[in-house]
Amino acid sequence: MSATNGQSTNGSTAAPGTPRTGGEVVCDAMLAAGVDVIFGMPGGASLPFYDSLYHYQDRIRHVLIRHEQAAGFAANGYARATGKVGVATSTSGPGATNMVTCMANDIMDSVGVVYITGQVARPAIGSDAFQEADVTGISIPITKHSYLVMDVDDLPRVMSEAFHLASTGRPGPVHVDIPKDVFLETTTETAPDQVNLRGYRPSKVGNARMVRKAAEVINASERPIIMAGHGIDISGAAEELLQLATRGSIPVVSTLHGVGTFPETHPLSFGMLGMHGLAYANFSMRQTDCIIGLGTRFDDRAVGKEDEFGPGAKVVHIDIDPAEIGKVLETDVPIVGDLKLTLQKLLPLIESRDRTPWLDQMNGWRRDHPSLKIPDSPDSVLPQEVVRAIYDISGGEARVIADVGQNQMWASQHFWYERPRMFFSAGGLGPMGYALPAAMGVKLADESQDVWCVTGDGGLLINIQEFNTLAAEGINVKVAVLNNAHLGMIRQWQEFFYEGRYMGAFLDNPDFAKVAQAFGLHGVGTSSRDEMKDAIAMAHEYDGPVVLDLHVDRVENVYPMIVPGTGVNSVIEDPR
Amino acid sequence: MNGTETHTLVATVADHPGVLTRVASLFRRRGFNIASLAVGHSEEPGYSRMTIAVEGSAEEVKQCEKQLYKLVEVVSVRNLTGAPAVSRELAMIKVRVKATERPGLAEITDIFRGEIVDVSKTSMIVQMTGAQSKIDRFLDVITEYPIEEISRTGVIAIARDDVGPRNGRARG
Ligand SMILES: Cc1ncc(C[n+]2csc(CCOP(=O)(O)OP(=O)(O)O)c2C)c(N)n1
Repeated sequence: MSATNGQSTNGSTAAPGTPRTGGEVVCDAMLAAGVDVIFGMPGGASLPFYDSLYHYQDRIRHVLIRHEQAAGFAANGYARATGKVGVATSTSGPGATNMVTCMANDIMDSVGVVYITGQVARPAIGSDAFQEADVTGISIPITKHSYLVMDVDDLPRVMSEAFHLASTGRPGPVHVDIPKDVFLETTTETAPDQVNLRGYRPSKVGNARMVRKAAEVINASERPIIMAGHGIDISGAAEELLQLATRGSIPVVSTLHGVGTFPETHPLSFGMLGMHGLAYANFSMRQTDCIIGLGTRFDDRAVGKEDEFGPGAKVVHIDIDPAEIGKVLETDVPIVGDLKLTLQKLLPLIESRDRTPWLDQMNGWRRDHPSLKIPDSPDSVLPQEVVRAIYDISGGEARVIADVGQNQMWASQHFWYERPRMFFSAGGLGPMGYALPAAMGVKLADESQDVWCVTGDGGLLINIQEFNTLAAEGINVKVAVLNNAHLGMIRQWQEFFYEGRYMGAFLDNPDFAKVAQAFGLHGVGTSSRDEMKDAIAMAHEYDGPVVLDLHVDRVENVYPMIVPGTGVNSVIEDPR
Repeated sequence: MNGTETHTLVATVADHPGVLTRVASLFRRRGFNIASLAVGHSEEPGYSRMTIAVEGSAEEVKQCEKQLYKLVEVVSVRNLTGAPAVSRELAMIKVRVKATERPGLAEITDIFRGEIVDVSKTSMIVQMTGAQSKIDRFLDVITEYPIEEISRTGVIAIARDDVGPRNGRARG
């Protein structure tokens, strides 16, 4: 590279009026949003953008992933761990379509990711050009918003809108499709000081009258329960949640994404509810007289049968998205607002009340239905033990990213998460292959944190190419493969609901330790309990990425389980 | 309760390429039924007005309004069902008629305050403006004539302002 035309090409804080290329505008927008990592893979249509990234490499780290799906999942992990926006990039056509699953995942889980995709040059759009695909057409139903930028002068505004939309209100993915020639053209436009979108005004604090009504309903209730969702984490309201619960002696259950928003070892914590939730959490939902839903969308996996979900209970629902209120449950007190701000208004109105009879009743269920007891297993290592070992060895301080399937449920159950942003999982869309790339994003978000990827063997295989990224970038993630030689959750459903007619449930696995070694990673395989524990201890100490191929019981099931369509009464508990 | 009826939603939307796709995509994805959709310029440059007739229960339509409003390019949504509003549709109907049948059709058209806008040797085109129910009734009445083609705009609607009390006193 010659340094001759070195005026604007690497200046991030371009003075107003300085011409910038489209690619530079995107880089500057990232820096303005405080984002210093981008995950992606280049291609013809995005090469001009990569030329800008070349000049920004002292300020923006580019992580070359080995499949664009990993870029989106990694950006999701980065966003969830930092509370900032994640950024993923690809070329046009196949690069962009490879990220479609990620967008669908982000919108379901309310995660702010900006997707920068290259598009064929403007004159070629619509001509079925090489690597042309109508990706903004594809992304409409799975993004919060999308742009096809046809004029470089629009780009500064579009980029600041994109970051604003992704991170405010109910966060979500924003797709910016940029034709190759728009990356190359220059503009003297700058981003407006303030994003101004007439059709987008997320509410701040909830309606005062409704907040008073919520307090009345809660104060009058005998058996209230807080259902803590992802919104607590997004809004940074964990402290307010803790105060609400302790002041009112109100027990807390959480959704999958709410795990950790309330300290799980707190006496008022009754764990996760739902299909694989703890039996006592679900029993409580049947008996409560007041459901306080905080930042939750009352997802079907959490609610189960609607008519057994707090029958007769008053429902107080606080959420930033008005469309979630009343969507599933009839709501007595609907409050649209940011949780932190709204809870701050609600807290002083909450009477401290003794709710000992209710808590005694719930603790009785906890005693009689100890959902988290790990049975004796002389002949095989149980996958639950692996999660417990990670908990013990990390002192509960590891950030855990679970994949999808049985491993996801065990990782949520057998580890006690004390803070938000300790447990990450793709709950809404449930895409296998999430954990490994997402763990890379979580690690790069804060490298001082221990990061464990807990995955099934099937899910690992979906994005196993990312072993290469771990090795090349030296991303210090510990991968624990719960190797049960099955698509475990599929096997469990076929055992329970298809009388054991196993079809497509068996996995003929490679030796994952050797695979890891071939990728240049430290790989260890284990089959006994002692080996498993030693390997986890070793990985915890080891300075670098490690892959543990942990052979576990092949036919262990996740308990408890509420069969879809049935109620809490017919919960299947561990028979042992 | 749960009664399905047609609701009239009026939305102001940014006049951007793709906004119609977004609205249509939302309706399809969430399974809302569009009876008709009409779109055109509004009084404000850069913004269009959409009138969407949606079929569904009150709860479904409420959810539909909220989802519509979530689209970044949708600036406002109003449900005019049951509100004081004027709504109109325009239809053009090509009817096969022999010369001898023309007076008969012209008479019915007249009663409905429609207009004959074209006549050929074998057909007439009737233009009919009014509430959707009126156009439907007209079509019911002329079933004895073979209809060759119908083209309807879909309903457009606009809210009426309060007239206020008759003697002009402010409302107390
Ligand atoms: C991309 C994708 N394909 C298919 C599924 C359906 N599915 C859900 S769980 C599961 C099995 C997962 O098996 P494994 O990764 O080995 O984890 P385990 O359940 O054994 O812990 C499958 C196939 C899915 N969730 N995602």
